[in-house]
Amino acid sequence: MTMEHTDAVPGPSTKSSLYALSPHVKKRNAKEARFKAIGIGAILIGLVFLVILVTQIVGNGASAFQQTRIDVELTVSQEEFDSAEKSSLKTSKYRGILENALLVTIQENGIETPFTKGKDIRPLISSGAGNTLRQHLLTHPDQIGEPFKFNVLTNGTVDGYLKGRVSRESIANDKSINEAHLELVDTLKDSGVLRKGFNMGFITGNDTSDLRPEQSGFGQSMLGSLAMMIVVLLVCLPISVGASIYLEEFAPKNKITDFIEVNISNLAAVPSIVFGILALAAFIQFGGGTLGFSALRNSAPLVGGLALSLMTLPTIIIATRASLKAVPGTIREAALGLGASRMQAVFHHILPLAMPGILTGTIIGLAAALGETAPLLMIGMVAFVQMDLDSVSGFFSDPNVGMPAQIYIWATRADGAWYERAWGGIIILLVFLLTMNIIAIILRRRFERRW
Amino acid sequence: MKSVKLTASAVAIAAVSATSAVARDNVQVAGSSTVLPYASIVAELFGENTDFPTPVVESGGSSAGLKRFCEGVGENTIDVANASRKIREKEIKACAEAGVSEIIEVRIGYDGIVFASQLDGPAFTAFQPADIFNALAPKVLVDGALVDNPYTQWSEFNADLPAVDIATFIPGTKHGTREVFEEKVLAAGCEVTGAMDAMIAGGMSEDDAEDACLAVRTDGVSVDIDGDYTETLASIDSTPNGIGIFGLAFYENNTDKLKVATMGGVVPSTESIATGEYPVSRPLYFYVKKAHIGVVPGLKEYAEFFISEDLAGADGPLAEYGLVSDPELEATQEAVSSETVMGSNS
Repeated sequence: MTMEHTDAVPGPSTKSSLYALSPHVKKRNAKEARFKAIGIGAILIGLVFLVILVTQIVGNGASAFQQTRIDVELTVSQEEFDSAEKSSLKTSKYRGILENALLVTIQENGIETPFTKGKDIRPLISSGAGNTLRQHLLTHPDQIGEPFKFNVLTNGTVDGYLKGRVSRESIANDKSINEAHLELVDTLKDSGVLRKGFNMGFITGNDTSDLRPEQSGFGQSMLGSLAMMIVVLLVCLPISVGASIYLEEFAPKNKITDFIEVNISNLAAVPSIVFGILALAAFIQFGGGTLGFSALRNSAPLVGGLALSLMTLPTIIIATRASLKAVPGTIREAALGLGASRMQAVFHHILPLAMPGILTGTIIGLAAALGETAPLLMIGMVAFVQMDLDSVSGFFSDPNVGMPAQIYIWATRADGAWYERAWGGIIILLVFLLTMNIIAIILRRRFERRW
Repeated sequence: MKSVKLTASAVAIAAVSATSAVARDNVQVAGSSTVLPYASIVAELFGENTDFPTPVVESGGSSAGLKRFCEGVGENTIDVANASRKIREKEIKACAEAGVSEIIEVRIGYDGIVFASQLDGPAFTAFQPADIFNALAPKVLVDGALVDNPYTQWSEFNADLPAVDIATFIPGTKHGTREVFEEKVLAAGCEVTGAMDAMIAGGMSEDDAEDACLAVRTDGVSVDIDGDYTETLASIDSTPNGIGIFGLAFYENNTDKLKVATMGGVVPSTESIATGEYPVSRPLYFYVKKAHIGVVPGLKEYAEFFISEDLAGADGPLAEYGLVSDPELEATQEAVSSETVMGSNS
């Protein structure tokens, strides 16, 4: 029993034993062990990066879900209300009313401050608080002239101070706020007038300008993304299922269909920004301009959805064809053998069996589209957009942005508070992506049949 | 039966697009990233205080904004272009060719261009335009002769500056800030150091010499930043000796990370810019398509609101963010309310 390869091994091993490993086998085993170790190492490195990423995201973004608010007791008289409504900059008048009321609240609580005028404590209150008060009074006109307690947002810097982002050193060169303000914040916090709480506005609110990060929210961009995803789904699912069924079940195999197949695979690899330029030319400039469809315009989620559809179509077609192919040919043959027409075979037997795979592919395609920013850049969906969330007139045509675009916009703004919000937005976006992927997995596990 | 469903969804798409087919009712703005924060502050207040919807403000740089502005007239073109420099003759011509012949120019105020470095980095306290030119120009004057820029450290040409490697981050060419930087700093430095005279003496025409003065060395010492100031800030963060160019407002909102350099001994601030002591400042503009007034609701109101005393004045929210208010604001208000177009009285 001489094996050929043992000859190649140097050394005196002439006898082979089943109990002692030959050097050659040892070498092979060592190779395998090394390979396994490298594999485990690769996975560990991946895991470390994942952990770093998740800690970064949660560490930076979790604070966006908390916001500092302050209780103000105030009475807005009818005269004050009327004069503020007559002004050209109404909201700044309301802000002044709030500032004065806050100073009174502070003094009544027995807190000593060096500040004597309402304007002095302006850095404490959010510059958006004026509008909040105005909207409150417009919806509750019965409270004019009556004392009531109003809970307003503090300024982003004050909020950052309580969250540890802003320190006394870091505001040393800041013109708008000084140490006396932060001391007052400390006292107000101890007396319970000012406190941190859950930030519902971050989930439901809309984008705000650079002056009021504390008021901004992710809700508007969630609506924008939802609108785009609906468009993508409505456009992509019928087209890709139709195209796939034809190519897979009916199309003759010839040069033309080969050419189409190669191009579908190629399209899936086209950089997404290209689809943005295409959308700008085809939808906005040709569809909106030349043909005059006014819903096809800059910053409209309808256009964004169409652009993302172009990008997603090849992905879904490839997934759909794969799941149609996975249905065994015997089922088709059995159906045809029993006298079903080809269309009956497809729609009664093959398509239902392929459906879980098609849906999974669609959801994965949607998830990819949800996280896409580049095409939106070309069609004006990376912009400062503020929707009136109470009265959305055109869900698909009102200017809006998508979630990743909103994150990008926040990340490019100056104040540190925006940075925190960008990370917070990432958390929400990831929750959506995770949910979609989990739904895809459940669909696959529950309904997919294996033969 | 299933194919009926497919047709049904196709019909549903058509229905969705049909119901949302409404005319554009919001003002569309694009352009300078320096003007963007001001424009978004105004847009927000405009939406709050009037019955018009909040205008949509895009960024992208002055040149990109003006290019889109000059694409033509109609609902699918923008109404307002923000710019951190004056519109060029070439752009006015391009506009006119596309049918945008009536442009209202609105100056909203002034902004300083500041040089800033890491808060913990070396202090650059003695800048003169000549220093920046010596650091950045491809050819500089050494001992009376024009040579390829030999300098690698600031202290080599100005003993008052720290002995650290030169590393600058300047706005890319699509930004209006770049043009102002070239004119007010590089060109000035070129003249002061005598490099310009040397170029002319070397046989260049005056125009060519002026252009050559604006060039920036390409050996990697200076990096063009095409993105927003946040990108410059990130570069500064990772380069301890780096010097970046920012708008004054951006610096004032990031005093916890940046240290500002003086220019000609003057510390940049809204006051020193308003008095003209700080030399590197530029007016900020936006341009309005007159043909869209009356077609796009709220356009004229937005322009008037932007430059009203309550907003662009010395105590307004724009000044709060860092805008140096324009002492001639009233004249601008007048021009906007009478819809005076460019070229009509100059």
